[in-house]
Amino acid sequence: MPREIFEIPDRVETLSILSADGSLDEELAPAIDDDLLIKLYRFMLLGRRFDERLLNLQRQGRIGTFPPVSGQEASQVGPVSVLEEEDWMVPSFREAVAEMWRGRSMESIIISASGFSEGASEAGEGNNLPVSVPVGSQMLHAVGIGWGMKYRERKNVVMTFFGDGATSEGDFHEAMNFAAVYRAPVVFICQNNQWAISIPRSKQTRSKSIAQKAVAYGMPGIQVDGNDILAMVAASREAVDRARNGEGPTLIEAVTYRMSVHTTADDPKRYRKDDEVESWRAKDPLTRFAGYLSEKGLLDEEKIQAVESEIKESIQAAVDRAEEKMKSMGDPMDMFEHTYEKRPAYLEEQRELLARELKEEGNHG
Amino acid sequence: MSPSSPETMRRLTYRDAVREALAEAMRKDERVFLMGEDVGRYGGCFAASKRLLEEFGPERIRDTPLSESGFVGAGIGAALGGMRPIVEIMTVNFSLLAADQIMNTAATYLHMSGGQFNVPLVIRMATGGGRQLAAQHSHCLDGWYAHIPGIRVVSPATHEDARGMLWTALQDPDPVLIFEHSGLYNLEGELAADAGPVDIDRAKLCRPGRDISIISYSASLIKALEAAEILSAEGIEAEVIDLRSLRPLDEATFLSSVSRTHRALIVDEGWRSGSISAEISARIMEGVFFDLDAPVERLCSAEVPMPYAKHMEAAALPQVDNIVELIRIMVKTHG
Ligand SMILES: Cc1ncc(C[n+]2csc(CCOP(=O)(O)OP(=O)(O)O)c2C)c(N)n1
Ligand SMILES: [Mg+2]
Repeated sequence: MPREIFEIPDRVETLSILSADGSLDEELAPAIDDDLLIKLYRFMLLGRRFDERLLNLQRQGRIGTFPPVSGQEASQVGPVSVLEEEDWMVPSFREAVAEMWRGRSMESIIISASGFSEGASEAGEGNNLPVSVPVGSQMLHAVGIGWGMKYRERKNVVMTFFGDGATSEGDFHEAMNFAAVYRAPVVFICQNNQWAISIPRSKQTRSKSIAQKAVAYGMPGIQVDGNDILAMVAASREAVDRARNGEGPTLIEAVTYRMSVHTTADDPKRYRKDDEVESWRAKDPLTRFAGYLSEKGLLDEEKIQAVESEIKESIQAAVDRAEEKMKSMGDPMDMFEHTYEKRPAYLEEQRELLARELKEEGNHG
Repeated sequence: MSPSSPETMRRLTYRDAVREALAEAMRKDERVFLMGEDVGRYGGCFAASKRLLEEFGPERIRDTPLSESGFVGAGIGAALGGMRPIVEIMTVNFSLLAADQIMNTAATYLHMSGGQFNVPLVIRMATGGGRQLAAQHSHCLDGWYAHIPGIRVVSPATHEDARGMLWTALQDPDPVLIFEHSGLYNLEGELAADAGPVDIDRAKLCRPGRDISIISYSASLIKALEAAEILSAEGIEAEVIDLRSLRPLDEATFLSSVSRTHRALIVDEGWRSGSISAEISARIMEGVFFDLDAPVERLCSAEVPMPYAKHMEAAALPQVDNIVELIRIMVKTHG
């Protein structure tokens, strides 16, 4: 065999439709009706404002830690906006706004961030998994769900989210490989937000892109401007259609930026420069989309103010409801609720023991 | 125990009992499928799924890529999505590549989702030594997994359990780990023609005796029963308890035995330090300390990586002779 170039059938593309400077590629722009455009905008803004409010609550000691989404609103809202209700959403831990789009209430997120498992119980019905903290683990669950749907001849697809850091975990590779071998209806959304805590994207992989990793597994990969909601919708639509039509998985790399802290326990000033953050601020997904909607005549200052105040009120109402509900939460006895569907006898005993101890403490104190 | 006439009994290997259980589960429930490395055409590395591919096809007897975390994770997903997966891991040693999926996700999804998502997943794997498979294939980590709340751990020692535990495990709403001892697969035994599902919570008194309780599980149970037979000829009657389930642990059964016999020996193929045998010993102290006539003793594997050479491996594992000798001392010196 002579030395030749090896042809690789799968392709890697990049996609950008609405640029940071506001210019639009009309041909590539996906068809989205006006109501949906406004809904996308509202959710992206909600993601941003909810983040800001949670950060405040955390600084005041009213909730525990949480991972902000600021900067990644388009990367999250775009993909979930193309899902059907019966489809599955399998998040990592930084997808609050995607979860809200899928029906999770703000108060349930506040309750979770305050440390109460009722937050997860109140997340709402539906095919939406809870957060999974071991980085990368959830991608495999998405593949298993997807394969199950295929076996049962359901038309549902599964969308899973993860970060750039997660692509270095074994589970990423195992999930991509599995999904491709089984042609599972899975859409992999990598939010490449440039950082994994303090480790920059450049130290995560020598690959030019994350999207190209798809090629090795035999599935299409696309690198999308993750701050461009139109591009995210277009790429996700294609991938979801492909999965639904039995053509297997896709990897979407959403190139975006974590504008805020990793979690509230983090101080990014220790590892990244303000210049870098500023340069990304110029690519903000929200201002870009607002500009586009204004051009289209769907948004003006007055309308923006109306959405802002509606969001402000709904966040405040959620905080109030959460704080009210949490007054009656936190009974230590609840920790025994969800270890097993059917509580075994030994746990019942441990539960009773704790009840007695608490009662005695109550008597002494 | 139900009396069974010879006509209703048949002889088969432990492996056949496992295979029958797999086939029955697949026939009874369309949602059940088997997934693992080489389970299809090859029939599983211990031949437990031999010929199942012919009957059920490649969609339900699924060969997977070589990726333990991958197929355990996908099994969790399939369970969440309404299937009833049986995941086969070649040996317990390789389950460690999937330990994160087992402990951090399978065992916690119900909690993490505030009670919304249970994981009806069954994971089967081969465990244990004695077949000269050396230091990376031969460990007995059943007890190790029993440490984890949120899952069940069962170790079928008998043909009845190899045949009957799987279906019950599949009916359970939570993850169940089934440890099949690699040394038992070839063992022949009797099984009722109509053998079916058995419980997966309770220990079983396999042989009554008045002088000492031997508490064991998996392949060590077979050794304990052999030892009891030898001792009986000498006039020492050992009661033998098969734990069957390591989580939950049915302490009522072994405590009541120890309170009758006043002596206890635990035979556990796991390593001694921090083992399930230590747990059982502690439970005996907590539960029936004042009924004891002698200190509780344990026979475990030597705390070394499993040797490869046959005689060395034999020396590292608890054996019938060791059980017999130890019991003679325990019964006589404290008589
Ligand atoms: C298996 C595992 N290792 C380490 C961690 C600690 N950890 C939590 S988030 C994180 C960084 C994740 O980076 P990335 O995947 O890029 O997601 P991002 O936080 O940027 O959204 C690390 C190392 C973890 N949760 N799980
Ligand atoms: Mg990241």
